[in-house]
Amino acid sequence: MTIDISQFYKVFFDEAEELLAEKERLLLAVDIDSPDPEDLNAIFRTAHSIKGGASTFGLNDMSEVTHVLESLLDRIRKGEMALTGQHVDAFLAAKDILKMQLDGHRNGADVDQEAVANVRMMLHDLSEGVIVPTHQPTVPSFLHAEQKQQVADGAHRYKIELPDLAKRDVDALVDELGLLGRVSVVPLAAGRTALIIMTHESLDDIIAICSFVLDPNDLRIFEAPPLTPEQRAREAAERARIEDEQGYGFFDPADPLDADEQQSSEDELGYGFFQPIEQIRREAGIVAEAPPPVVAPSVEPIEVTEVTAEKKAAKKAGENGHGQGGESSSIRVSIEKVDQLINLVGELVITQAMIEQRSSGLDPMLHQRLLASVSQLTRNTRDLQEAVMSIRMMPMDFVFSRFPRMVRDLAGKLGKKVDFITNGAATELDKGLIERIVDPLTHLVRNSIDHGIELPAARMASGKSESGRLFLSAAHQGGNIVIEVADDGGGLNRERILAKAKQNGLPVSDNMSDADVWQLIFAPGFSTAEIVTDVSGRGVGMDVVKRNIQALGGTIDIRSARGFGTTILISLPLTLAILDGMSIRCGDEIYILPLGFVVESLQPARADVKEIAGQGRVVKVRGEYLPLVPLHQMFNIEPRITDPCEGILVILETEGRKAALFVDELVGQQQVVVKNLEANYRKVTGISGATILGDGGVALILDVAALLRSSRQLSDESVVY
Amino acid sequence: MSTQPTNKPNDAHDGSGSEYLAFTLGSEEYGIDILKVQEIRGYEAVTRIANAPEFIKGVINLRGIIIPVVDMRIKFNLGTPTYDQFTVVIILNIGGRIMGMVVDSVSDVTTLSPDQIKPAPEMGSAFNSDYLTGLGTVDERMLILIDIDKLMSSSEMGLMDRLAA
Repeated sequence: MTIDISQFYKVFFDEAEELLAEKERLLLAVDIDSPDPEDLNAIFRTAHSIKGGASTFGLNDMSEVTHVLESLLDRIRKGEMALTGQHVDAFLAAKDILKMQLDGHRNGADVDQEAVANVRMMLHDLSEGVIVPTHQPTVPSFLHAEQKQQVADGAHRYKIELPDLAKRDVDALVDELGLLGRVSVVPLAAGRTALIIMTHESLDDIIAICSFVLDPNDLRIFEAPPLTPEQRAREAAERARIEDEQGYGFFDPADPLDADEQQSSEDELGYGFFQPIEQIRREAGIVAEAPPPVVAPSVEPIEVTEVTAEKKAAKKAGENGHGQGGESSSIRVSIEKVDQLINLVGELVITQAMIEQRSSGLDPMLHQRLLASVSQLTRNTRDLQEAVMSIRMMPMDFVFSRFPRMVRDLAGKLGKKVDFITNGAATELDKGLIERIVDPLTHLVRNSIDHGIELPAARMASGKSESGRLFLSAAHQGGNIVIEVADDGGGLNRERILAKAKQNGLPVSDNMSDADVWQLIFAPGFSTAEIVTDVSGRGVGMDVVKRNIQALGGTIDIRSARGFGTTILISLPLTLAILDGMSIRCGDEIYILPLGFVVESLQPARADVKEIAGQGRVVKVRGEYLPLVPLHQMFNIEPRITDPCEGILVILETEGRKAALFVDELVGQQQVVVKNLEANYRKVTGISGATILGDGGVALILDVAALLRSSRQLSDESVVY
Repeated sequence: MSTQPTNKPNDAHDGSGSEYLAFTLGSEEYGIDILKVQEIRGYEAVTRIANAPEFIKGVINLRGIIIPVVDMRIKFNLGTPTYDQFTVVIILNIGGRIMGMVVDSVSDVTTLSPDQIKPAPEMGSAFNSDYLTGLGTVDERMLILIDIDKLMSSSEMGLMDRLAA
């Protein structure tokens, strides 16, 4: 065989990474009390696919871990074991291990072998929890399996929730209780732990042992639901089946479906030239009907290779035997290709607009059919453009989905309770921006949990709910995408920030506005810990966050109230995002106003426009006096209309202020594709970008915030001088 | 980024010479390195940019990208800027940045060998001699050779936020 396998490595790595991410997402979403069988199947499939791929490429360490994982998942999936929080923790840990191994293979990163062994052990213990005998012969290295085996049947399962104890005490307790039966430790929130014990001994004995280390009144003991008769029956059947299999031996599996599956997994082990995507398809189709039998070889690498050698011939059959079941949900395409496509479609749109324009002069009676075709072309082109544009856009979910895990872990580590809420995950953002917003957001979320949200006790003391809320949202707001990271924690401490700023020699005064004070934490070097909030130092690396956001052309704002929490607002401009705009005319040019800033538009009555000496004009709109900003004056262009009462005033709102922009006329409302002006030119004040109109001409998109700011400056200057 | 060392044309094209696009501004004939030229287009309506200097005509849509267009005739006070169907825009690619340059007309592409290129005199052109690579002679014609990279990247043109390369 001369097929070059190396080219598939990258595909496998990418794919495995995606599968791991998917797995994590599913695990975090799964409802432990009543898991959806579909979810469990999906989790199983991700593990199985990774295993298949890893074996294919001879990454035995990964396939070993996934194998153990898969066995356990398979049980749960078939309802032989109830899913517990402990399982989910173990699975998440396994995911991390796999990621580490993956990185190890990909970039040569260090792999913590001890952690790998621990996780395997943990998974193994878990899978023994119900059906020990089936596993025992398959993995002889885990000898401790035997002693726990006896307690599996007819035992009671108790869940003991411990009060806040030192880890040393918990460990001692686990050792003691281990004499009674099988014990496992489940971490609870806020640093507490619970023990699950499976034993024949009475509850009194357990309490007696516990009383060595703690007050029994602090204990909360529940009897875990015993296995239902149905589960027992299934368990028995499973045991019989697996014992059967063991009787037939590994090379001669019991039923044809299993045989198929086994062949296919050996295909993967031995050869490596199936395109992984096909594997997924194949496996997705298969796992539903025939889960792989629990086999030892993938834990023992040497055997795997032997098996492989023997099964080379069988492989051919497997190759032909499997149809292409299922379908793939995505393909990988380079960004350049997509951008090229977008540009080509852009040209097509313009050409189409030209055809439309030229044909509009024709007599509709004589050219009816041509005109009908043209209008159809128009429709098709528009659809095509929308479809193509959407390729580059990705939902914010891509970013948000990685946070629940982080929040969960971090909160657990810090002993805090955090409810994590996301909103607007469907908001679409250009892929380029999405990728670059991850790091700053991660930092902010960490900060919020670490320094913002208080410990449960402190929260209770200040009359808040025990668990803090961390709120992450994204929304289109005007021409921007606003991402909000909000917590209901302690808020920023004004005095301490000011003190620290003085200490750092920053120019501050005590009567600075809050907003200005908050901005201080973005100063480089301001970020020493233990200073800013009561808990710890908010502001670690905030300067880096700000720099990153600014590099994306965005702004970052903080709102904070002592004791009520902190909200950080990131506002990103759209690069490729599509914008809802209102097109207006001023002089010969058409400009686009981002619709989000537009409150209303009106033609004022003459009496409502008032001159203010030296400060331009104001207009009275519903009892409010708004500054009148003539666009032609701002841009120094020749307007068609100079009298506001003949033109149109567009009332804009930004940064909490309103102003009336005076333009010649409104043209219409349309979705526009934002084009970068800086790519070939430079930044222009008051302009945030440009777009291409239907006729191929260019219209500039107004930067409303900057426009109104500079108009204020103008009038401020006129006051001063 | 083109690796063409435009300020030292002699190095890059030993013997065979290099090709220059000849164009006219008013009554003067100029030449620029053909490798900087992406395409040549007719003049089309531009969108004015607010508060930009007069010689920056505005921006146009070049197949989906927005490029600025400068009028050299206004910038260097050569000839009368008229815009008709004969007005030509040379689309340049300067280090990856695309821009348009309005000229009166484009005549031809000429190959100049190194010995046809004479150093530019200190005076005698609308351009600062910093932006000239030399004077090329073809039969009776004289081409003023412009270092278009340097010119377009200069702060004088104000086309870029910061000086490129």
